Amino acid sequence: MIPAPFRHITVETVEEALAALVEFGDEARLLAGGHSLLPLMKLRLATPAVLIDISGISGMDTVQVDGDHLLVGALTRHRTLELSDLVAREAPLLGHVAGLVGDPQVRNRGTIGGSIAHADPAADLPCALVALDGVVGLRSVTGAQREVRAEEFFTGFWSSVMEPDEMITHFRIPRTGSAGWAYEKYTARAQDWATVAVACVAGRVVLGAMSDTPLRASAVEQAIASGATAAEAALTAHEGTNPSGDLRASAEYRAHLATVLTERVLLRSGYGI
Amino acid sequence: MSTQEWTKAVTVTVNGRRETREVEHRTLLVHLLREQLRLTGTHIGCDTSNCGACTVILDGAAVKSCTVLAVQAHGHEVTTVEGLSGPFDGLSAVQEGFRQEHGLQCGYCTPGMLMASTALLSEQPDPSPEQVRHALEGNICRCTGYEMIVRSVRWAAEHSDGATP
Amino acid sequence: MSLVGARVLRKEDPRLLTGQGTFVDDIQPVGCLHAAFVMSSCAHAELVSIDARAALAMPGVVGVWTAADFLDYPDLPGGLPELERPALARNRVRFAGEPLAVVVAESRYQVADAVAAVEVEYQELDSVTDVTLAAGPDAPLLFEHHGSNVITKVPMLDDLERELERCDQRAHLRLVNQRCAAVPIEASACLADWGVEGLTLWATFQAPHHLRNYLATWLDLPQNLCRVIAPDVGGGFGAKIPWYPELFIAPLLSKWLRRPVKFTQTRSEAMVQMTHGRDQVHDVDVGFDNDGRIKALRFIISQNLGAYPDPTGLGLAVLTSWMAAGCYDIAKVATSFRTVVTNTTPVAAYRGAGRPEAAYSIERMVDLVALRTGLDPAEVRRRNFISPKAFPYKTHNDPVVYDSGDFPQALAECLRLVDYEEVRRRQAATRNDPDAPLIGVGLSCWLEIAGFGPNGSLEGFGHLASWESAQVRIHPDGSAVVFAGSSPHGQGHETTFAQIASDELGIPFDRISVRFGDTATVIQGIGTMGSRGVPTSGSAVKMASVTVLGRAKKIAAHLLEAAEEDLEVLDNAFSVRGTPGKKVSWGDVAWASFQPLRLPEELSAGSLEERLFMESPNFSYPSGAYACVVEIDRRTGRITIDKMVLIDDCGTVINPLLAEGQVHGGVAQGIAQALFEQVVFDPDSGQPQTTNLIDYLVPSAPDLPDYVAGRITTLCPNNPLGAKGIGESGAVGAPAAVVNAVLDALSGFGVEHLDMPVTSEKVWHVLQGGQQ
Repeated sequence: MIPAPFRHITVETVEEALAALVEFGDEARLLAGGHSLLPLMKLRLATPAVLIDISGISGMDTVQVDGDHLLVGALTRHRTLELSDLVAREAPLLGHVAGLVGDPQVRNRGTIGGSIAHADPAADLPCALVALDGVVGLRSVTGAQREVRAEEFFTGFWSSVMEPDEMITHFRIPRTGSAGWAYEKYTARAQDWATVAVACVAGRVVLGAMSDTPLRASAVEQAIASGATAAEAALTAHEGTNPSGDLRASAEYRAHLATVLTERVLLRSGYGI
Repeated sequence: MSTQEWTKAVTVTVNGRRETREVEHRTLLVHLLREQLRLTGTHIGCDTSNCGACTVILDGAAVKSCTVLAVQAHGHEVTTVEGLSGPFDGLSAVQEGFRQEHGLQCGYCTPGMLMASTALLSEQPDPSPEQVRHALEGNICRCTGYEMIVRSVRWAAEHSDGATP
Repeated sequence: MSLVGARVLRKEDPRLLTGQGTFVDDIQPVGCLHAAFVMSSCAHAELVSIDARAALAMPGVVGVWTAADFLDYPDLPGGLPELERPALARNRVRFAGEPLAVVVAESRYQVADAVAAVEVEYQELDSVTDVTLAAGPDAPLLFEHHGSNVITKVPMLDDLERELERCDQRAHLRLVNQRCAAVPIEASACLADWGVEGLTLWATFQAPHHLRNYLATWLDLPQNLCRVIAPDVGGGFGAKIPWYPELFIAPLLSKWLRRPVKFTQTRSEAMVQMTHGRDQVHDVDVGFDNDGRIKALRFIISQNLGAYPDPTGLGLAVLTSWMAAGCYDIAKVATSFRTVVTNTTPVAAYRGAGRPEAAYSIERMVDLVALRTGLDPAEVRRRNFISPKAFPYKTHNDPVVYDSGDFPQALAECLRLVDYEEVRRRQAATRNDPDAPLIGVGLSCWLEIAGFGPNGSLEGFGHLASWESAQVRIHPDGSAVVFAGSSPHGQGHETTFAQIASDELGIPFDRISVRFGDTATVIQGIGTMGSRGVPTSGSAVKMASVTVLGRAKKIAAHLLEAAEEDLEVLDNAFSVRGTPGKKVSWGDVAWASFQPLRLPEELSAGSLEERLFMESPNFSYPSGAYACVVEIDRRTGRITIDKMVLIDDCGTVINPLLAEGQVHGGVAQGIAQALFEQVVFDPDSGQPQTTNLIDYLVPSAPDLPDYVAGRITTLCPNNPLGAKGIGESGAVGAPAAVVNAVLDALSGFGVEHLDMPVTSEKVWHVLQGGQQ
């Protein structure tokens, strides 16, 4: 219930945040909404000595159009994405999925940057971001900026390509607009992590909770491209996956759910017959 | 593990009053409210952000005060159950709805339910029973089986005249 | 107008709705210290050492105590000889989460830090968590000196093998009634303040007098110096009756440290430290004829006790065996049980405590009879019901004599409200449509034993007695206060007892307060458990009120110079029938009751007060018929409850609003057991896997349906209110209705049973053609 002691410092710019990251090194974690980090700290599964509070950095919680993309600030809260008309119009999958994260209280606090940085393979937004072929904008203390495709960002359970001296500043998300999309999340009860989730948009199909990262269902996409029906394509959904078995579901059942949910998202998004 | 106790002063407007307290950096908002401000209406029911008993309204939005640091609330506005009041003998429409429709038994989850419901109605004044259920999915009640809570929120929606804070 | 039966709004609500309730942790005395336990990380181990040096050096830490510091005090009360639970583990730990040491610090933050810094060395032992394995020959023993993990054993005199064989058919099921956690949203909490005038302990507890009696003895403290207060209690469901270490240790720490000491359990701690419920395995055989008549029932129960035998835990299987035949007239019934210790959290009461287990299994068996005979489950029930004319009905167990009921009527009403024929029609019409969900309808005609009040009924669970007390006192202005011996945790005693007293006394509801939960102000009481609040405690309130009114009438008659029998109580006054102007107000009578000069000879000052200990000649037997309609997604196995119909017979209803609330809450817990919840231990390590509300699946609002609640009424002859109790009904009746509905939906798939929780994965396996 009680986090281990830490020092909370507030920063007002990305530069200050990065400088603090370098100063405190491994002992520091960034704090935005805190809804991935604080629960871990309360169970003392994470015990950072310093929290660098980036929630006060201005201008990082907005969504705007940038050419063919939406530029989403890392501090944008789930609730903002859920309610944004712009998101609903330009990347409707993102707004829809943001509205399914946790519960209303969680969505009011949690940020997209925090969720992506946490890199939980059963979380909603990582799955959606890969499906959208979004790009993660990173900045390091040297001032170097890089953009990593979401598909290449996640490297394992709670891990990503992000370096210790880097932070996420923004996301670049293709304006999928009217392209067909769907998201299916199977949960053991209403407020829960996904047992399995499948996102589909513009022909890209991505599985959540089927491996240690969100996983592109390439076989499904290829099957669809070569004329398979949704049902036929969905049968390949488990290819290349490595689901775990736990209290909520066996690996075998997860694999089955993946095929069922895949068929459903293909049909709903108009990529299968 | 560091044993140094870092503290700082935070100023939070709680139920309309500006309050400044010295807190440890790690102090959870719920503990600032309960132990330092002695607003014990906000309860704690779990340690994994599931139960919602600690729900308060922060800058107009329902949040779980066990998952917000007191320092994160610095400069912000918090409403707790003690800050709800309205035209029904001092009860807000939501509180009165819970009374009329027996939306509480032991009363422990109730403040969280009231705050989540209040936030819901401020955004969506006339939610369907289904919408009420989904809006309360982050709040656990072990006594009522939920239907009477849903009825309570519906009662409030139907008697909402000027009742929300 | 009678208030009994009226939909009266609760007296409790204004404070609870405004944040003005007082739960234990809301009390924050100056100088209060905080205690927390170091918990065993092993399920079974010899304790090698506890090193608290680092913790003791931390800021704010006052001290660390282990079992060695409590050697002058006995083990926790109520256990069996040689199998008692020590307040802190001594040499041996027997379940993961068992408290080993207690740490006290100035703040709850400091104590949390210090607990994490205590280092414990263990020598691990093999552990066992499964009741069947624990009873086997090669199981690691929790108590070597006992020679076995089997603690009690009650065999059957006749195994009914001949009767079972003689029937046209016989069927057997092994049914696992899984372990559940009560999860009151307020976890355990207590605050001890031992001053020069003795001890005050605030505890979130269902039976404060019970605690006071045992605590004072344990502390060797006279009871006049030992005050226990249960303030507002945030749910209990049975888990706030057992003896927990904190209830005994916090007072001692307060005595030693001369400061108030508070313990507030976190949810993660509560999930392994609060007692769990259920965890029975049943082997049930039924013999029946082709016409569906059940002739013989053999019901063998194995009860997992957890690591230490709790007095209530030991009694659960007794109640299950008593209620094994449910509402059916079965010629031959034989029951037996054994209770077994395992390396798990101790098991005790959880809403229903032994009766949900019985109702579930018999209702599953009746459905199996229907399946095997090809008869409709409703028809099989009708053919086996105890006739409404057969009451009082003697069962296979002597103490159990069913009081009243009308099972056919309850079922008929239930079938009407669920629109049974229409559901069956819809089920048949969609059965072969691959795109339509599978539809199933399940019935549960349940019966339970409640109203724990007969002499001897609670003593076996360690209570002082089984009566319940009430005290009714009239103030000089004619307002009244009722002291109730049973202390509630959400049931609404303040409201229902005031309704009962108001009706009897003729004093307005708003001028009656109800007090409880404080051993210093309330005469000896027993507690709120076993659906006894209204039948036992409420009846005590009624009869004490009747006595007080009788005396008040004497005073009124004396003041009016009228005959007592000519008086009536109307509009808060006593008036002479037929003489409208001749009356005296309740306030005048009350005022006079304290003035010897105005009293009739036979009464003395202060006589408008009565205390009463209410015994019951027999238990009450709430019953009902529930129906559940489910839809099952053929692809995923996802189960959705489409409709839940609840017909209850709880005898007299005091307040329909509160009664409905009790039913809803119980049903929600029953559905949760049927579909969601299970406490899980790793079978190899004994480690608990469901240690928080992420992994223990308590449902929230979208997971549960609306309920269609109805009622029939047969009065209980065993108490003056005619009430049977309602607190546990839903939890008793709901699980079988839900599981029967799921099995009914799957009736084409060759499956006869699935154990709870019936998850979508289990259903999916069936749909695959492979039985789980």
